Amino acid sequence: MLSKRVVACLDVKDGQLAKSIKFVDTQTIGDPVAKARQYYQEGLDELVFYDITASSDNRNIMLDVVANVAQEIFIPFSVGGGIRTLGDADALLRAGAEKINVNSAAVLRPTLIKDCAQAIGAQNTVLSMDVRQVAPNTACPSGYEVVINGGRKAMGLDAIQWAKEGCALGAGEIVVNSIDADGTKEGYEINLTRWVSEAVSVPVVASGGAGTPAHLAEVLTEGKADAALVASMVHYGHFTISEIKAYLTEQGVKVRTLY
Amino acid sequence: MGHSVIIVDYEAGNLGSVYRACEAVGLKARVSADPKTIVEADRVIFPGVGTAESAMVTLSRLGLDEALLAFAQSGRPLLGICLGLQILLDRPEEGDRTCLGLIPGECRRFDFEGAENKVPQIGWNAVNALQDHPIHKGMPTGAEFYFVHSYYAVPTFEADVIAQTTYGKRTFASVIGRDNLFATQFHLEKSGRFGLELLAAFGQWGGAGC
Repeated sequence: MLSKRVVACLDVKDGQLAKSIKFVDTQTIGDPVAKARQYYQEGLDELVFYDITASSDNRNIMLDVVANVAQEIFIPFSVGGGIRTLGDADALLRAGAEKINVNSAAVLRPTLIKDCAQAIGAQNTVLSMDVRQVAPNTACPSGYEVVINGGRKAMGLDAIQWAKEGCALGAGEIVVNSIDADGTKEGYEINLTRWVSEAVSVPVVASGGAGTPAHLAEVLTEGKADAALVASMVHYGHFTISEIKAYLTEQGVKVRTLY
Repeated sequence: MGHSVIIVDYEAGNLGSVYRACEAVGLKARVSADPKTIVEADRVIFPGVGTAESAMVTLSRLGLDEALLAFAQSGRPLLGICLGLQILLDRPEEGDRTCLGLIPGECRRFDFEGAENKVPQIGWNAVNALQDHPIHKGMPTGAEFYFVHSYYAVPTFEADVIAQTTYGKRTFASVIGRDNLFATQFHLEKSGRFGLELLAAFGQWGGAGC
């Protein structure tokens, strides 16, 4: 039986691990390579690095970080943030990432998804979307709207519709990040996650809002997510990956426990 | 002197992770698309992602299909990974092109309906041994490995199935082998400690089956 995945997301700014709250305040909290190593040893199933470096001058730092992680971490490893072209994706793959997360640039230019899927395979092309709740309207009948540029710009695009379109263009996996839940530690956006998961035929990764292992159990069952992303709850040492997995196992959620 | 391992490069996916995994377990590896280098290698790793149909087109264009057949005849150890497993069989499900035919059998696509089991299968799943193969022995029962695939192998003979995995209602051959051939449907280079242990065991393997 396929296990549900626990995925750790590390926001990296200028080569340092950062954690944002509601996408605004960012503080750095350490060395991303050391954190990645620690989570790998604790039984992490998958790693995501998100580059939130503002200045393009510092983007090469990310390639070094990716290369260092790839030397010692032998689990799936995806990288996102600021990928605008196939060339950006290719540089990260050559550095050692195996999946590429596209986000804002894909909203502005959807063929980026198709280009990536053709060049690197659908299974390595992940569509990440940042979503916030709005009053249901003609453009967004589901009441969930896609936003870009780190949550600053609303696009009048329905999240469910965009997820379907992304899959049709070749995305092999969808990461659904709730801006409303992000950093709150009050739980994932269950409805949004379930709607997207029911709308697409590819795996869905829930993101934003994890504060306790119970939140993961909820989104992996009720929310129908295939994987759950954790960030601050492990970065600050409130929980270890092993503790999260032990809890999920206790709750009857199938996860990988031998490592 | 370390063993020399050649990783076959046929434009089918990022070989960097296989190379780095070899380094991590102390295997001296090199990536090559040269038929002669492959035929003469001590050991060959044959990875790959994508479809068998298009991979066979590329392999024959590069002259690597003949090289792989010749290497397999040599009795030296060959490790297939993911698409590299599927290509060892006779044929893909779609298309009429034949594969390498080193192990009798074919590939089929997961045929699930509804959202309960998605295709491709992406994630960690348990690999349960049916045979006591020298490479696979020592893996604890229930050890999980990382899969990404839409097609699965259906070997003609049960004797060629070393381990199996269940996804949804389907139980399929996740490790196959015959004589000096050993192949995993999962990505052992992305499967944490147990994946690295399998790779290290391949590096020590003389090439005799069960």
